[in-house]
Amino acid sequence: MKVLAAMSGGVDSAVAAARAVTAGWDVTGVHLALSRQPATLRSGARGCCSVEDASDARRAADVLGIPFYVWDFSERFQADVVDDFVSEYEAGRTPNPCLRCNEKIKFSALLDRALALGFDAVVTGHHARLSEGVLSRSVDQAKDQSYVLAVLTPEQLRHAIFPLGDSTKDQVRAEAAARGLAVADKPDSHDICFIADGDTQGFLRQRLGSRTGDIVDADGTVLGSHDGAFGFTVGQRRGLNLTRPAASGQPRYVLSIQPVSNTVVVGSKADLQVDLIEGARPVWSQPAPADRFDCSVQLRAHGMVSAATVTVGDEGIQARLHQPQAGVAAGQALVLYDGDRVLGSATIVAASQAGSAAAAGAHG
Amino acid sequence: MTYLDHAATTPMFPEVVAAMAAAMARVGNPSSLHTSGRAARRVVEESREQVAAALEARPSEVIFTSGGTESDNLAIKGIYLARRAADARRRRVLVSAVEHHAVLDSAEWLAAHEGAELVPIPVDRYGQVRPETLRELIELDPDSVALVSVMWANNEVGTVQPIAELVAVAHLHDIPFHSDAVQAAGVLPVSFARSGVDAMTVTAHKLGGPFGAGALLLGRGVPCTPVLHGGGQERDVRSGTIDTPGVVGFAAAVQAAVARRDELVGELRRLRDLLIEGVRERVPGVVVNGHPEQRLPGNVHLSFPGCEGDSLLMLLDAKGIECSTGSACTAGVSQPSHVLLAMGADQRRARGSLRLSLGHTTTEADVTAVLDAIGPVVDRARRAGLASG
Repeated sequence: MKVLAAMSGGVDSAVAAARAVTAGWDVTGVHLALSRQPATLRSGARGCCSVEDASDARRAADVLGIPFYVWDFSERFQADVVDDFVSEYEAGRTPNPCLRCNEKIKFSALLDRALALGFDAVVTGHHARLSEGVLSRSVDQAKDQSYVLAVLTPEQLRHAIFPLGDSTKDQVRAEAAARGLAVADKPDSHDICFIADGDTQGFLRQRLGSRTGDIVDADGTVLGSHDGAFGFTVGQRRGLNLTRPAASGQPRYVLSIQPVSNTVVVGSKADLQVDLIEGARPVWSQPAPADRFDCSVQLRAHGMVSAATVTVGDEGIQARLHQPQAGVAAGQALVLYDGDRVLGSATIVAASQAGSAAAAGAHG
Repeated sequence: MTYLDHAATTPMFPEVVAAMAAAMARVGNPSSLHTSGRAARRVVEESREQVAAALEARPSEVIFTSGGTESDNLAIKGIYLARRAADARRRRVLVSAVEHHAVLDSAEWLAAHEGAELVPIPVDRYGQVRPETLRELIELDPDSVALVSVMWANNEVGTVQPIAELVAVAHLHDIPFHSDAVQAAGVLPVSFARSGVDAMTVTAHKLGGPFGAGALLLGRGVPCTPVLHGGGQERDVRSGTIDTPGVVGFAAAVQAAVARRDELVGELRRLRDLLIEGVRERVPGVVVNGHPEQRLPGNVHLSFPGCEGDSLLMLLDAKGIECSTGSACTAGVSQPSHVLLAMGADQRRARGSLRLSLGHTTTEADVTAVLDAIGPVVDRARRAGLASG
């Protein structure tokens, strides 16, 4: 089997490539150049975009004895991930760029090119299990990345290989060290790779400018002002700078972002609780079990897992949470799990309190 | 293995390796005054004479450096600084739009830090600078020109420049002329004296010598401010202990290359033409970049519409054929070539390009290997280009 190993320069993708070599496959390493003007040296917790990261990937490929190339995907990345990230925030939603990169770059642009060039599959260092077309959580629950892979279609999954799903991160690091891979001790990346200093607000403001608007409560009473509704995320508490305390004395949270009127709606923690989630553009990794079924759902990349009853409609899906959750943001993925197995996912477009006429939470 | 990347670097001649190995075994700093030092100095000066003779320069005009990039930096920065010091009006640096980055980026640095004005000299669709273009640019204000730099032959597309005519234009106004002859020195009749250039860059590893050795040929009357300061070696223009084995290898390589040149050039032309004709037969629509006649004998530069150069390179590499997508200097990331863009190519054509450069070890079997592979490789790369374009 001929496989293409996507190598970011981090420890996970290096060990994934190493395992592909050990499996006896014909492995070629590729580093995706995603930035037009890459920094020379890595700084902070960025995980993939510097020239130093490309060199780390190259060194790992040398140690493994596999061919290695750098492929320029910067234009596609800019259009499909970075520009999308900005326009999603501008539209009042909270995007997940890692998910988008998997959907549009790694398992679309890269995979399509790999298949056309005669490869059978793309290997990545994601922490998730994939066996016989079934995507499941990693055994390392803390590092599990199945949430950002649940957007992949069965056809995409058919050409994906995730060799790390049965290992913990500690095991991966130990294996890297044992294999003589210098990236064994490289720090984990956390931040969004294309925001160098981790300042998402600053990044958005630079691109969208300041747009002063009102912060209001659920009745429409103006409580304060902001300089760009795009800078907020549902569930956010800090950074509101409200001078008038709530009558109850309770802290206030962002309930929704209304981009057209450039308004941020705030309310109490209780107002934030939602239990009815609408998801659009569903992708089924497995055939949907029924029109209506119970499963667990995850609403953010980390945490926010709850039991739910899911109804499959013509346009999308609806999840009725058995326990309400706070801070559900439009633009994030609604991922459905049967135990550890991914069933499918959809993009959250709205969230509300069942039985309540006023939709709280996210507005699509 | 089919190695068709001689423009990146070419194998060392066996006699060069032997000469360097012998030199490495001997102690002696050429600047030392004792017997070992004098012995090393003698070897260096003999090497200087050999290089000078092969390139038709005077020995005193040979400044040994660490290679092409250093020589280009020294010429551009050194001549600019000296000329400006003599007359503060001299701020314009005229460099062709298709120069190597060692020249372009040196000129950009001068613009950013030393008050220079970088004036790119446009090229025609073959990548050639026309003498009248240079003349017009100079005559906008001749007194403000610090220097002109136009390469002898282009490293990417292989186009050879009309150096003597360009020099004549610059000399009408007594403006010094530098030429990067890194690609030309081993395969064209490069004569420092007859060309009239005031400064010329050459490097060893492109003509059968070692990495890290080269020279700037610098006319005795050409003002040049040093870039490296220290012990005052090399006419006080280039300080630093002379790399005796490197200089020995460089001289041996230049000598060998020049001695074999006519024979080699005949063979390179034959193989190059076989390669170009063969690819044309197998890949309809292929574009040959660069000048149809005035080009380096070993250079084949092709654009394959609808393909990514990266894909072509990987597929050929997997078949044991080594070539390049352009110049290999951009940190592993292929940028569309500034040379092709300057010649009027669009971004897509620039990205779908491949350079196959032939050299002294190339055989007809290498050409056959490419011709056997190229059809299916281009088909596959084209499908990949459409898939991810």
